[in-house]
Parts: sequence; C-alpha cells; structure tokens
Amino acid sequence: MSKFEFPPSIKSRPTYGTLEPRNGTAHLFIADAQGAQAVIDVCQKDPSIAKFAHIIFIPKGEDELAEDLAELGAAQLYVGPTYEAAISRIRHVLRDAKMGLQIYLAGSEGLMGQAQNEAVNAGYPHTAIQSEHRGSTARRMQCVHCKGITEDVETDPFVCAHCGLNLFVRDHYSRRLAAFQGVCIDAEDHGNVPEQKGIYE
Amino acid sequence: MSAAPQKTKPGAEKIAVTVAAVVRVNDLMTRFEFKRRDGQLFPPFSGGAHTVVEMKDGEKTRLNPYSLMSSPGDLSTYAITVRRDDIGRGGSLFMHRNVQQGDDMTITYPVNLFSLDLRAKKHVFLAGGIGITPFLAMIHQMEQSNGNWELHYSVKTKSLGSYVDDLTQMYPNKVKIYIDDQSQAIDLKGLLDGQPLGTHAYVCGPKGMINWVHATASAQGWPTECVHSEEFLAPAPGEPFQVRLCKSDIVITVGEQESLLEAIERCGVEAPFLCRGGSCGQCETDVVSADGEFVHRDHWLDDEEHASGKKIMPCVSRFIGTSLELDR
Repeated sequence: MSKFEFPPSIKSRPTYGTLEPRNGTAHLFIADAQGAQAVIDVCQKDPSIAKFAHIIFIPKGEDELAEDLAELGAAQLYVGPTYEAAISRIRHVLRDAKMGLQIYLAGSEGLMGQAQNEAVNAGYPHTAIQSEHRGSTARRMQCVHCKGITEDVETDPFVCAHCGLNLFVRDHYSRRLAAFQGVCIDAEDHGNVPEQKGIYE
Repeated sequence: MSAAPQKTKPGAEKIAVTVAAVVRVNDLMTRFEFKRRDGQLFPPFSGGAHTVVEMKDGEKTRLNPYSLMSSPGDLSTYAITVRRDDIGRGGSLFMHRNVQQGDDMTITYPVNLFSLDLRAKKHVFLAGGIGITPFLAMIHQMEQSNGNWELHYSVKTKSLGSYVDDLTQMYPNKVKIYIDDQSQAIDLKGLLDGQPLGTHAYVCGPKGMINWVHATASAQGWPTECVHSEEFLAPAPGEPFQVRLCKSDIVITVGEQESLLEAIERCGVEAPFLCRGGSCGQCETDVVSADGEFVHRDHWLDDEEHASGKKIMPCVSRFIGTSLELDR
C-alpha cells in the first residue's frame, strides 16, 4: 500500500521514516493495524531478526495481519485488544531488556508516540528509536483547556471528548504527552465554529 | 538556551588564580590545586568539564586544556592532574618544571564537552591512564546524587595508576582496576553484554581505546547516543605554511611547532576558541580560497565538510600547499 505523505510542518511535529533492520541482540516491535505490514517488511529484509524478535501487535480490526505476523516465526508474538491492555507487557519487556535491544514502532501516530514514551522512560534515547507511519492518519489530541485526551481524531475542528469544547487541531506536539494540541476555536465568538473537514483536506 | 557554548569572543572568560598546592601523584603525574585570587568561589561546573590553563613560558603563551578532577560540590578549589609528556610540545613539561605553590596563573571558566547524560539509568566509565581525570569529578557528582555508576580503569603499571588506591578504598564495589603489565585487560565485550537498558558508556583515554569502545558497542547494538568520549588533541607539528587572513588583511606564517590558531594569535588577530583540542567547534573558520591539501585532525567537522575544503579548525588542523586564504 502507498504511504501517506504528511505535509511539511513546524519543527515540533514528529516525522517518521522507514524501518530498517539494525544490528542488535534483541528486537522489540510495537505496532497497530497497518503497522504490521512494516514489521513484516523489515523482517523479510533481514530474516535473521525474527528469531530474536518480540512483536506486540494491536490489530484494531486487522485480524488477518495478525495471522501474517504469526508466520514470521518471532520468538514472541503478543496480540492484544487495545494499547492500554498491552502497556503492562511493554513496561515489563523494557524493564527486563538489556543494551543491544533495537526498538521498532509502526502504525498510527498515537501508538508510536505512546510507545516511544515508554522506551524513553526506560532510558532509551528517543533518537535511536525507529518508527514508520502506516494506516490511519488520526491523531491523539490533548485539550489544552481541560487536559483530557481524545483518541483517534480525524476531523478539524472536533469536540473534546471530556469538556465538550470545539477544538482546533494544531501541529504543535508534545513528546511527553504523545499528543497534539487542541485549542478552543470559538472562544471569542461562541458558536461560530467552522465547518468540520478532514485534518489533511 | 542551547547546551553548546554560543560565545564568539576569543576564548572563555578568565579567572585569576593562585597555585595553592602542587602534589606529586607518581613519576609522571602531578596535581595542581588552584584558589581564586579574589577569594570568591569558583563558578559551578559539572563532571567532565575542562579549563584552559594559560602558561607564560618566556616569550611564549601556552594554552592547554585540562579536565577538572575536583568535586563539583567544592567550589573553593579547582584541581587538575597533568601527565608529563617528555616528547610533547612542552606545556606539560612547563607545568611540571616551572609551576610552584604560590604562583599566580590564569585559567578559563569551565566548559563541558563531556557531560553525563542524566537521562541514563546507569553510567559505565571506561578510563585509560590519565583519562581518569574527568571521571574523578563525575564520580563526585554521581555520589552526591546517588547515581548508579561503575568504573573500569586501565593503567600501565601499578605505580603509574593515578588515584588507584583512593578509588579502590572509597568504592571497592564500583571500581575495577586493570594493570597492563600484569596482563590484565578490560573484557569489553563481556562488560557491555547484558548491561540494563538505559546504560550509557563513557570513555576517556588513548585514541585506540576510544575507537575500540565505540566500535565494540556499536557492533553489540548500542545506540551511538549512549556512548560518549573525549579526546583532546594536541596540535601536531608540520611543515611551515603561509596564510592570508582576509579580514585582518595580513599574511602570516605558521611555524613548524605552532598551530594555525597559535600563529593567528601571535600576530595579534583575535580568534574565537574554547577547547583548543579539536572538539568544541568554537574556532571553526571559513576558507576563502585554497590551493593545496588540508590536514584535518579535528573531531568537529564531518567527513563531508573535511572534503569540501570550505572550513578548517585552526586549533589542530594544518595545510600543505601554495596558497591559503581564511575569512579571519
């Protein structure tokens, strides 16, 4: 499938590359939905990786891709219902990991941002983590007013799932929160809300 | 504020000091302890920082960088340890032969190009010989903050192992000494293997040791961000050459035993510098035109910039050819 090209933006906005096999003693993959295809691609590029790979996958409905991942013959494959369900496993893996581990993230921005945070908290430099965007371009958004997180936002503006304000989708990103910033769009002129459209339309 | 020093004035701010003590450590190493002449405390510094010591050696002014080895928690004293290099350019010999307790000297504000990455979960220090000095300050800092560290320290002979006894007595479970002439060597592969995620390695010592650590760690899948090193280069002697300084509109000759930076300073042109050892990037100078070959020796410019012939680091690099014009 073709990859989505994010339009050029401010420096704060994360950018993603293409996963490349790296020399390491262990390989941790964290992916959701279409991200599985990027995992398959890199494991096919270097077939020696799978034997030392731990794959954590959240299908988000892409159950066939979970079957494809199973065929890679990874040392460990975990398929979980949600990212939240996988967190305790991710933390456990990182806590026990040794230097030499390579970290690969693939799929949606929300998943990659949150998984990157876990790796950074474990002491891994964020610049050494590989990431590849695949699939949904939905964003994880933080409302700057109530601080609530709304997952999988596809439109601009959108309604905060916590406080109900109409929020403008900014490219301003926080690595610590793994979220983009949403700012009230009708604060000055209550009720004057532009028509909703796709974020990249 | 950026972490990198942004100054463009020549050199760092200076501090007038008195030599409070000169202590023989062993046959090759001597420790010099400085107090401020104005009685104030020294500026705060972090482990890994260095100062540039100004030596008035007759007609010549020598400027050599040395790592601060004293505790960052004690700002009443700055201490350095100098290894005597009998075949070097003479700075360390001057320190050993001429500098005595009570002498007045000038040193620069500290600059740190080899700092601890405090995001790390664990710090592994690898020292070779005189490369121990920055780690002494880092260990003080780690102990004050209850940091997780260990030191692997390789020395030629037991008698030349500076501070070996102090370290092994103070931190018996964190320090391991390797003595060359007793055929003890760091098992680097085994040491790096199995370190917990979030470990950073730091190496200071001879060039071969630094390259060995970088290469071994990289082969074992360590991110380059997790391996830190510091090596101060001394300017190498070479054939004299002529340089035209465009802004100053003068032609100078760089002697066999002096660096390009030293020649520029000798001719009264102010040029920025901090480390004088090819690491900090402060003296980076644009080349206006050149007909000849550059002898690049710095750690600052990348391979592409070296090949471009557009930039030179005058503190350690030289030139062989018919003409060179610099934007200085």
